[in-house]
Amino acid sequence: MSVAVKKDFEQPKEFAFSKENMAKVEMHISKYPKGRQASAVMALLTLAQEQHDGWIPEVAMEEIARILDMPRVKVFEVATFYTMYNLVPKGRHHIQFCTTTPCWLAGSGEVVRACEKHLGIHLGETTPDGEFHLSDVECLGACVNAPVFQHNGDDFYEDLTAENVVKVLDDIKAGKAKPGSQTGRVTSMSIKGTTTLHEQAKKAGVKDAG
Amino acid sequence: MLADKDRIFTNIYGWDWPGLKAAQARGVWNGTKDIMAKGQDWIIEEVKTSGLRGRGGAGFPTGMKWSFMPKESKDGRPNYLVINADESEPGTCKDRDIIRHEPHRLIEGALLASYAMRAHACYIYIRGEFMREAEALQNAIDEAYEAKLVGKNACGSGWDFDIYVHRGAGAYICGEETALLNSLEGKKGMPRNKPPFPAGAGLYACPTTVNNVETIAVVPEIVKRGGSWFAGFGREKNSGTKLFCISGHVNTPCNVEEAMSVPLKEIIEKHGGGVRGGWDNLLAVIPGGSSTRLLPKEICDTVLMDFDALREQNSGLGTAAIIVMDKSTDIVYAIARLARFYWHESCGQCTPCREGTGWLYRIMQRMVRGEARLDEIDMLLDIGHQMEGHAICAHADASAWPIQGLINHFRPELERRIKEYRSKLVA
Repeated sequence: MSVAVKKDFEQPKEFAFSKENMAKVEMHISKYPKGRQASAVMALLTLAQEQHDGWIPEVAMEEIARILDMPRVKVFEVATFYTMYNLVPKGRHHIQFCTTTPCWLAGSGEVVRACEKHLGIHLGETTPDGEFHLSDVECLGACVNAPVFQHNGDDFYEDLTAENVVKVLDDIKAGKAKPGSQTGRVTSMSIKGTTTLHEQAKKAGVKDAG
Repeated sequence: MLADKDRIFTNIYGWDWPGLKAAQARGVWNGTKDIMAKGQDWIIEEVKTSGLRGRGGAGFPTGMKWSFMPKESKDGRPNYLVINADESEPGTCKDRDIIRHEPHRLIEGALLASYAMRAHACYIYIRGEFMREAEALQNAIDEAYEAKLVGKNACGSGWDFDIYVHRGAGAYICGEETALLNSLEGKKGMPRNKPPFPAGAGLYACPTTVNNVETIAVVPEIVKRGGSWFAGFGREKNSGTKLFCISGHVNTPCNVEEAMSVPLKEIIEKHGGGVRGGWDNLLAVIPGGSSTRLLPKEICDTVLMDFDALREQNSGLGTAAIIVMDKSTDIVYAIARLARFYWHESCGQCTPCREGTGWLYRIMQRMVRGEARLDEIDMLLDIGHQMEGHAICAHADASAWPIQGLINHFRPELERRIKEYRSKLVA
């Protein structure tokens, strides 16, 4: 798991949730029964990561332990167990390629190589300007739209090819990328048109493959 | 083939809005109060009649699972419903479409299931990667609260019901129900020893039922149209409709709802647009997500897609994620990549799994190149057998199965690679 060992970056000296995020902290704690506030630890780690440029510094974990009245080590355990918590900085755009078998069958290998060539870095590396960090992850759960990658832990870019992925990277840098299918597919429907729900397709004006 | 009028998920592709108004026009939240008035045990009986089996992979009869929950609390502990939306089995992407396009079916199902099991609170554990889906679900829940469909006196039924979204953060193992409960309690997602089973002591040591998203989302239609309607599809003990995910080497990968027991060939040809290069170009199919053993073409020609037919072939329906591989596939790498998946996702709690998954992965990596001894093929089987049943959860078993499927059906290919590699060394 993703234990922070690299020390070529500075850990900040202090961390506090913003006023806006503090309201979210209260909301998350309120979802669980009284005395079970530890359940909110995952949500709070995610909030801290969002607030702190995509990674969680050690002082944030200490702050979360204080808020939730948990031993610090229990927060650290959770933060190191789950792969989506970054304990080191990951670049402005963290690109996570799915390379598990369904994506690999659909050509994730070529997609990764095209991106590595375009950016001049390998998986696990950050571009010198700090713009992109590339990594490979296990199944993202969008297998019928393979290959896919996820950007900064939120949007999925689907139906990628070695050709279209380069433009997607450029668009992401320019802030004008459109998530979802990159071949114009309607979500998880067949690209040739639907094979079911014909009446609904007619109403919605969607292509019908009969 | 399933007729359109019998499909439950009429907005599975998201053509229509997921919001409350559009969902109501599709029949969701229609007559929920009347259904609840028929009583809690009536709902459980109707689900039993439908023959619904859990859609998360194990296929346990849902109605029976619900009946394990205590009907009244003797010691003040509340009952909980937890919905497993930690969809991470490679090949599977059906729950994602339910959550982003049909969230109200899930919420209505959650109310009916919670009511039937005497639970006043429900947690939906959604995988962390599904950020947009979690947002869509939360929007739908907010709408339902606003319309008083959930919350105090839900739907005017007199039953108080709260529903919450809990986001995960990237751990396949949290799809295992007791690991999910630990994660929900703010701990590492490590499976618990059973017993006690969740129905006795689950979330916060209270009686809990964990159900898959699809299982819960089909419940409203089952109780509205009647259990016998649902039982009318598929073979006996394998009833109902099911979402299938067709990925890999097909012309048109897609998600589709079909009747259970549909022939594998038919669903690939009709909905998946056929195998790339024609049916004869098929090498093998993984029929139910990565944990199920692959099937070579001879079996794919005739096999039916249901729990029992696939079990007879020593595989399983799992999550009904059909991964198709044509003759261009490096089948050894395809399985070695799955071995890496299981190694990466082992939580590390039990030694046979923590160490075994690594052994399997490292041997499989060499098998891809043929850099192995012939007796190591049997060693793979031996390691798998030593892992199976020797860990707290089924992760160890699941990591051994894909490799067993490979060896059962493609041993000559493994031997060919080893011999070829050896002959190069001699030359």
